[in-house]
Amino acid sequence: MTVRTASDSTPTAQPASARELVLEVRDLSVSLRNADGLLPIVTDVSFSIAKGEAVALAGESGCGKSITASAIMGIAPDNAEISGTIILNGAAISGLPHRERRKLCGRHMGFIFQEPMTALHPTLTVGRQMTDTLRHNLGLSHAAATDRAAELLDRVGIPRAREILKGYVHELSGGMRQRVMIALAISCGPSLVIADEPTTALDVTIQAQVLDLLDEMRREFELAMLFITHDLELVGDFCDRAVVMYAGDVVERGRAADIVRSPAHPYARGLIDAMPRHGDQRARLTPIPGTVPPVGHWPQGCRFAPRCSRAGKKCTVRPPLAVHIRSDVRCWYPLKVGQ
Amino acid sequence: MLRYLLKRFLLILPTIFVPLIIVFLLLRLSPGDPAGMMLGDQATPEQIEALRTQLGLNEPIWVQFAIWLKGILTLDLGNSIFFREPVMEVIPRYVSVTVLLTIVALILAVAIGITMGLISAMHRNKPIDRGVVAMAVLGISLPEFWFALLLIFVFAVTLRWFPVAGYNPPSAGLIAFGATILLPAIALGVRQSALMTRMMRSSMLDVLNEPYITTARAQGLPERKVIGSYAMRTAAIPVVTVAGLAAGYMLGGAVAIEIIFALPGLGRMLVEAVSRRDYPLVEGGVLTISLILAVLNLVIDVIYAILDPRIRYQ
Amino acid sequence: MTDDTILSVSGLSKNFKAVKAVRDVSFSIRRGKTFGLVGESGSGKSTTARLVLRLIEPTSGSIRFRGRELANFSPAELRAERRHMQMIFQDPYGSLNPRMSVRETLIEPQLVHGIGTPAERIQTAELLLAEVSLPRAALDRHPHEFSGGQRQRIAIARALATNPELIVADEPVSALDVSVQAQVLNLMRDLQDRHRTTMLFISHDLRVVQFMCDEIAVMYLGEVVEQGPRDRIYYSAAHPYTQALLASATGKRDGKRARLKGEIPSAHAVPSGCAFRTRCPHAFERCALEKPAIRDLGLGQKAACHLLDGQAVS
Repeated sequence: MTVRTASDSTPTAQPASARELVLEVRDLSVSLRNADGLLPIVTDVSFSIAKGEAVALAGESGCGKSITASAIMGIAPDNAEISGTIILNGAAISGLPHRERRKLCGRHMGFIFQEPMTALHPTLTVGRQMTDTLRHNLGLSHAAATDRAAELLDRVGIPRAREILKGYVHELSGGMRQRVMIALAISCGPSLVIADEPTTALDVTIQAQVLDLLDEMRREFELAMLFITHDLELVGDFCDRAVVMYAGDVVERGRAADIVRSPAHPYARGLIDAMPRHGDQRARLTPIPGTVPPVGHWPQGCRFAPRCSRAGKKCTVRPPLAVHIRSDVRCWYPLKVGQ
Repeated sequence: MLRYLLKRFLLILPTIFVPLIIVFLLLRLSPGDPAGMMLGDQATPEQIEALRTQLGLNEPIWVQFAIWLKGILTLDLGNSIFFREPVMEVIPRYVSVTVLLTIVALILAVAIGITMGLISAMHRNKPIDRGVVAMAVLGISLPEFWFALLLIFVFAVTLRWFPVAGYNPPSAGLIAFGATILLPAIALGVRQSALMTRMMRSSMLDVLNEPYITTARAQGLPERKVIGSYAMRTAAIPVVTVAGLAAGYMLGGAVAIEIIFALPGLGRMLVEAVSRRDYPLVEGGVLTISLILAVLNLVIDVIYAILDPRIRYQ
Repeated sequence: MTDDTILSVSGLSKNFKAVKAVRDVSFSIRRGKTFGLVGESGSGKSTTARLVLRLIEPTSGSIRFRGRELANFSPAELRAERRHMQMIFQDPYGSLNPRMSVRETLIEPQLVHGIGTPAERIQTAELLLAEVSLPRAALDRHPHEFSGGQRQRIAIARALATNPELIVADEPVSALDVSVQAQVLNLMRDLQDRHRTTMLFISHDLRVVQFMCDEIAVMYLGEVVEQGPRDRIYYSAAHPYTQALLASATGKRDGKRARLKGEIPSAHAVPSGCAFRTRCPHAFERCALEKPAIRDLGLGQKAACHLLDGQAVS
């Protein structure tokens, strides 16, 4: 049996419709240079996001999803070495010098952080933080920027926008702060928004509101959204496609609903089984045995093999990302539908 | 904001009164007799006794304190035993020197501290950072008076750029004033500027790791704005706190500097007044220094509230 | 109250000055069962947990533990009683003393309560480690050498060291990754089965609560708005807030989700009548005027809502 390696031209790698691609990431690898040498953090990550599409970068802590996002944004740490290609709106940005990359932030890429408490400046007014961005990226005058900021706050559902602009971040609740973050992220009309666990720190009912808002924004502005999360159920609810990561590798890639309902990679299956789910009648959860290998101590061959119940002889060689029924999987013995 | 200022204002009162009471008690209860000193060796016991009664020194201590307290409230601090003039007229002659010296030293210390700390943090672990940290350690270890003597030797005696001693008030012209105030201010401020450098460096390093700095960068803001506006604003806050403490330290350290550079300041006046047991002058001097310190700290509190709006609501 | 009830809380209230953090909370837990407290920020669930252990003093209300009223205990008696009630905290990084080895951490509770001889204590420590599936070599290590999930296991082992009747777990798995969470939750179920420990389990994550708990109480702004057996709450929630919580949770793919409008009110300004009325999609005039009483809906389920008048059993 020949293994068809998944490239960007295979059906599952492409978004469902033929909408234009906003972001293409090809063979992205990130390593950190320290006193002992080069430490690989992320290897060969490839995916794409079309206009109006929400793609999840899903995995637990230590899988490399956050650093992948910062590499795409261009704000990776100084000692990071990045290889591969990143294409934004058809233009390759990975080769650009650092200064030019930074210029893309705000204007073409927006970022929403996890902890709204600490992600906004504590002693500058909300208005000042918003107008700084608007004035720098869009060249607006102070008055025009203030008007636009008020409009944006209004649009994200913050009442009494003008008053809030004069106030400070610590006067707002967690949900309000996250709305401000969203307004900030979309303020300059970017085509791509990266959201790093935007609702994890929020209360359940507020989470739902914020997710709805993100959805609205996505539809209204046709934003391409990269959604970083560890919650696979959220991925199933909210995203069109998903990229599941484990120990620096993409292990499965495809339509979110398919992956959550019937994952092909044993790790993704393990994650689903390990979560307590609504309507769950099980007496015990099914955890994944063992722990995630720390960076620098990845096993040879398949990185998940030591914890995998399906591991076999072939697993001493790292599997390629291959097409398998409905998604791309990096596994020699992927699960079939319904397993 | 107003409530905050009022609270800080009320806190001035204990700042002033507690040292005053301590000084008052220490002076009156310690050995040595001002009347005897003023009249000299030839005085008869009766003469000494007469002067003592006249100066109210034979009254019980709490009566002396009550008299003195009444004096403060009526702005009559008594007469200097040595100068035989009202204390209220003696002190102003010396106050301006000390205040100017402290302010110049404070400004120098803060400016150097913030600048060097910033440079150090931006180039962490590179040679310039290590150089600055080494200098800061040196600065903290040097005694001010020794450093003052060194400055005089190098810049006044050897290079002759500055006068060795003496004081020109600002009315004598900015250059003349600067020539006499610069070396003393540097000597007084060196230790505090080293402390502030260290403080600024560590504060800035903390702030640079904060998520809101990443957000600012993710907004596409230019690096100079991220550092200059966003980072500095929060990083400077602990330095401002240290500046308040530095002011207090400097007011105390001014004594040695004033003596070395022969500046007619409050510190020098106080030392001489203590050795003469000139009670009213000593008490007046301590009161003045406490007041200066309290006002300086109030100004710093206001700056603090401007930098950090969260404080205003307390 | 039957012999089987380990904990019975009635009319429990706690005010922090103007903030009514916990208002008139009542529930009871039978031996060997797990009782879940669910709520969002400001619900008062964490405060309730600490009240139950008398880590904070209640403003009013009664807490009966093992048949005796906790408020009547003298400080010495309370200290002795603490061996029967232990707590597991949310933060695995802050709840273990970094200076103590695992052995010392596991021995300390036994030492404090005078349990066993030194040799027996070490033996217990080893047994505990085995129960939480940690290797014996862990005894000599310190917290920083372990991952979050492992530290939480150590915290669980420590909580079991005195063989308590009641364990209060405040968000014990919220800080852990999914696969680690599963291991720790399974462990807690196993231990509970083996030791017949009673548990008060606090969480904001409905999925975890559904897995762990036999009975659940839903809290909003300091009050219990609904409580009952797990399946009743899940499949036939009566209170609009419970319904909204379930509908808002991820993973419920049952069509359009009912979205709650507005923010959670501040605990400083609890709305009159029914605290939930400002966000309730079904609120009507009576909700602002009259606080809804708790209605018994049969089968152990109770809820406080005016809409349920027709359904009340008693």
